[in-house]
Amino acid sequence: MKSIKIRTKLMDGKTQVRMLISHPMEHGRRKDKATGKMISMKYIQKLTVKYNDVIVVSTQLGAGVSKDPYFSFMLKGGATGDRIQVTWKDNLGNMDSLVQEIK
Amino acid sequence: MTTDRRVFLKKAVAITGGGLLFSQALDAKGLSSLFIKSSLYESVRHTFKNYRIHQSDKIDLKIPTIAENGAVVPLTVTSFLDNTEQIYIFVEKNPIPLVAIFDLSPMVESLVSARIKMAKTSDVVIIVKAQSRLYQLQREVKVTIGGCGG
Repeated sequence: MKSIKIRTKLMDGKTQVRMLISHPMEHGRRKDKATGKMISMKYIQKLTVKYNDVIVVSTQLGAGVSKDPYFSFMLKGGATGDRIQVTWKDNLGNMDSLVQEIK
Repeated sequence: MTTDRRVFLKKAVAITGGGLLFSQALDAKGLSSLFIKSSLYESVRHTFKNYRIHQSDKIDLKIPTIAENGAVVPLTVTSFLDNTEQIYIFVEKNPIPLVAIFDLSPMVESLVSARIKMAKTSDVVIIVKAQSRLYQLQREVKVTIGGCGG
């Protein structure tokens, strides 16, 4: 089960890279309505975007990023067949990664 | 999904007998010690030490002036400053004001879109690092609860 979706769009010598990650991004201050217990922290801390194996964007995130985070960046250049890789890691050590070619 | 860090934590816990509390404390602080619970002022000081921050009109922030749902506030930051290296997003009245840090290589445009949470009506502060100098822009966003958009 992949948690990452990547969409790329070539436009005028640039490439728009959009990504959607399914992740709860819990900040640890919310209560579970059913049980009344606090929901513990679970949020993505690091997300990196690689373009043909070179890191182009690296981020540090807090729990202030919305649930199911969405990001978009604009790559200079880019061509069909180039690889975009997105990797995330959360505070509990879970991680996921996806490589996709620009269409 | 096992990573080196998890293995390390398990071992550390086994050695100290510290149990769950210990590993949670480590996880909560862990690698991003910049994301601290504090006021905006303290958070900015903690992040940038005593560097001077200049106001700039070369940063563009697209964000709704009224957000109907504070859990999802979309924003787009564009920097027209040369050699933009980093973009920081702060929300003044969030318990942890620092939301995200983006390190951008010269291979990407200095443009970032994201969706952030806002606890209540407050300023969103963008700080851009370009050529080792810091520039900032802030904008107030009203957060309406109940979603009628007042």
